[in-house]
Amino acid sequence: MTLLSGTAALADHYDLAIVGAGPAGMAAATVARGHGLSVVVLDRAADAGGQVYRGILNSPLAARRSLLGANYWKGEALAREFVGSGAEVLHQASVWYLDAALRLGVSRDGQARIIAARQVILATGALERPMPIPGWELPGVMTAGAAQILLKASGLVATEGVVLVGDGPLLWLLATQYLAAGAPPAALVLTTPPARWWQAAGALPGFLASPYLAKGLSLLWRGLRRLRLVDGSRGVEIATRGDGLVVRHRGGEIAARHVLLHQGAVPEVNLASAAGCRLAWQEEGRAWAPEVDAWGATSLPGIAVAGDGAGIAGAEAAAVSGRLAARQAACALGRITPALRDAQSAADRHALRRLRRGRAFLDRLYTPDAAMLAGSPAALACRCEEIGGAALRQAVAATGAVGPNQLKAYLRCGMGPCQGRLCGLTVGEVLAAQQGRSPAAVGRYRLRPPVFPLTVAEMATMPVLSEEQSRANRP
Amino acid sequence: MFRRLPDAGEATLPFTIDGAPAMGRQGDSVAAALLAAGHPVFRQSAVTGSDRGPYCMMGVCFDCLVEIDGVGNRQGCMTLLRAGMAIRPQPGKRLLGR
Repeated sequence: MTLLSGTAALADHYDLAIVGAGPAGMAAATVARGHGLSVVVLDRAADAGGQVYRGILNSPLAARRSLLGANYWKGEALAREFVGSGAEVLHQASVWYLDAALRLGVSRDGQARIIAARQVILATGALERPMPIPGWELPGVMTAGAAQILLKASGLVATEGVVLVGDGPLLWLLATQYLAAGAPPAALVLTTPPARWWQAAGALPGFLASPYLAKGLSLLWRGLRRLRLVDGSRGVEIATRGDGLVVRHRGGEIAARHVLLHQGAVPEVNLASAAGCRLAWQEEGRAWAPEVDAWGATSLPGIAVAGDGAGIAGAEAAAVSGRLAARQAACALGRITPALRDAQSAADRHALRRLRRGRAFLDRLYTPDAAMLAGSPAALACRCEEIGGAALRQAVAATGAVGPNQLKAYLRCGMGPCQGRLCGLTVGEVLAAQQGRSPAAVGRYRLRPPVFPLTVAEMATMPVLSEEQSRANRP
Repeated sequence: MFRRLPDAGEATLPFTIDGAPAMGRQGDSVAAALLAAGHPVFRQSAVTGSDRGPYCMMGVCFDCLVEIDGVGNRQGCMTLLRAGMAIRPQPGKRLLGR
């Protein structure tokens, strides 16, 4: 790969622009370069790897590989291929604009730029599902993923008074990594209702035949013996006490310094949504995702989504879907025939089927229950504009809002810098529950570019277009 | 408190937090360096002025906004620490011109 130093180093046109350098983006770039495409990868982080393989090329924990676990180091081969791929890579870049003409707005270091591509692959990954319990905005409360990022990229572990709250594979993984690092959490407060295990049992055969089984069992085995488990399925809240925190659950309370939350991951869809890709409600994962075909192609010609951004399936599946999307891009550009594309993809299709097996069990087991999805009335629903769950419910009752966009106008929820990423699902769930509709029917925030905050000063750095170019740019 | 694991490398990058000297590690984000230095509160929120700190560490929650070298609204988790950075907590909304 060629590391670009800034937006000025970008070309005006590429065969393929990839947004995100996680497993899907790295794999897509490698395959596309193999077919001779000119490729640029635009990534927000300082290094390749995405969140799951954060720090994979320069982790401070490289000398203690067992700490992060074998699944983390699977990213190493992927990253090395990516480094050798010849793709151009701009890190610390935010992509705040994409349209149906495949133009992308990119910023870095206060410099903005518009470039064009003949094909686009969005590999924007996932974010952790909002977890609106009382106190989730207090300093010292972070997501489990945030704690993992600090561990992978900086070798930092939270010590003393660490309480993990929620459930799901990532929370267990973090717990075992903290055990391996010699920083055992004080408690794991599990929010999954115990009855869920029976409800999920129907999907068990798929899970038993999936690669998740071995991973899950080893996590549970290592965790169950050495962790204090607490039932938090009947409500959890966090408050300040003295100069620390306290986690309250039905059975009592636990003093804490750090509270790490997790209740699953959901696709990061803001860029696809603002570009105009059609989204669909995924009932299994209880989230929105772009509608994609078997190659990741969205409703907009030339724009594909690969990896968790199209539905949560994990890092290995993300890499496979990145390769598929890259072959489709090469095919669309006439570099390979459909027959060759299909032949080269047969093994990947087989792998994807295997990797997706067992996902249904995890979804059924760990998708939060209705109360956790809608959040507590006593918790902030929108962290940016500081709209509480009670105010949200009052507004729904008082206005009869037909969807989240009306609530934006009434309350300003979703209007802050995170642009609805941390309240959009909650607002949809509250509306749906209160009006007896499905989140699919209620809809979602309408998003417009810029999908990341952009200063006027940044906009002013963009090259001035000639009159003719600017006329051509008008929709 | 956050503890640096023994083989994670030395903290050799000098910077300041609200004027007070501190050290971070090469490769740290601003947010990681502040947390490692024992500073969990990064800002006061724009609406009610309540304390906030990093929540997601991956650039989506905007709760780690700080002032870096006189420029406000910088995402601490997405900004690489550099030697000599002057970092200040952000009290509420970003001020015009900062």
